[in-house]
Amino acid sequence: MNRMNLINAQLIEQALDTRRKKDGDNYAEIPDFRAGDTVNVAVRVVEGEKERIQNYKGIVIGRHGGGISKTFLVRKISNGVGVERIFPLYSPMIQSITVLQRGKPRRAKLYYLRGMSERKIRQKINH
Amino acid sequence: MKAAIMGKKLGMTSLFKENGVHVPCTVVEAGPCPVVQVKDMAKDGYKAVQVGFQKVEPKQAKKRLNKPIIGHFDKANTQPMKHLCEFRDLDKEFNIGEELRVEQFAKGDKVRVTGTSKGHGFQGVVKRHHFGGVGMITHGQSDRVRAPGSIGSSSYPSRVFKGLKMGGRMGGKTASVRNLEIVDVIPEQNIIMIKGSVPGPMNSLLKIVKL
Repeated sequence: MNRMNLINAQLIEQALDTRRKKDGDNYAEIPDFRAGDTVNVAVRVVEGEKERIQNYKGIVIGRHGGGISKTFLVRKISNGVGVERIFPLYSPMIQSITVLQRGKPRRAKLYYLRGMSERKIRQKINH
Repeated sequence: MKAAIMGKKLGMTSLFKENGVHVPCTVVEAGPCPVVQVKDMAKDGYKAVQVGFQKVEPKQAKKRLNKPIIGHFDKANTQPMKHLCEFRDLDKEFNIGEELRVEQFAKGDKVRVTGTSKGHGFQGVVKRHHFGGVGMITHGQSDRVRAPGSIGSSSYPSRVFKGLKMGGRMGGKTASVRNLEIVDVIPEQNIIMIKGSVPGPMNSLLKIVKL
């Protein structure tokens, strides 16, 4: 298993390198964040030949997985509709992750936020 | 046609392509496999190389291998190996003592991977042959949900046909998967990454042949 950990670490480094190559000086380290934090994820969107950045802002509901396949789930309310999106943490399609606000939730997975009003959510994650 | 190597399945992971596609892959530690014997048309009637894989510590060789096998390796002037296998009709000519290495393979190559599938023990017909079972749970039935059903007619033929699908030992057999893509080769570490899964449990022996 030790050998696999080593290879996994290499693959993560490889994935980050792809990002470094793409962004050059604009490369942003992956910050430390957890469930309850409000984050802004800058995602690369490919349209035909062009690539642009799309921002996705919301509350992290949970983090999953290990090694290179770590993911995090971000929930936001868009035009009154709840939207949840899963991002692979090491995906080269992510340009940057910015923590806007830290939360203080009491559990690791905040599935209970679904169906709550925004005011209630604010109370729950104790900004 | 081909290049070949022996390897050990280390486990599975995944990697990202430049365009963000997440590819599941199996990590295989392959080679180096020294050529122990070369078989040719004149002497053996077919062309092949016999290669070894996974060195046995010289100290332990005496304990683990018998004299004729050790002699066989001595003849080729290589260290004793745990495994021996033959690959027929390789593209490149190899001499005794040369090594089959991962460099033979490149990103994008299609390969066939042969291994021994995971042993499942004695399994019923539903798991082993994908039967649907017979009955329902309710309506007065019992013990029929995973049953095989009828295994043939009565007085004629008065026997069960050979090869009829029934319960029994599952897995632990030689299995091959063709057309798997190589997604990465790391020569310094003797590692090949193959897209998707390959037969067998972790640390099992694999044969990889370029198609």
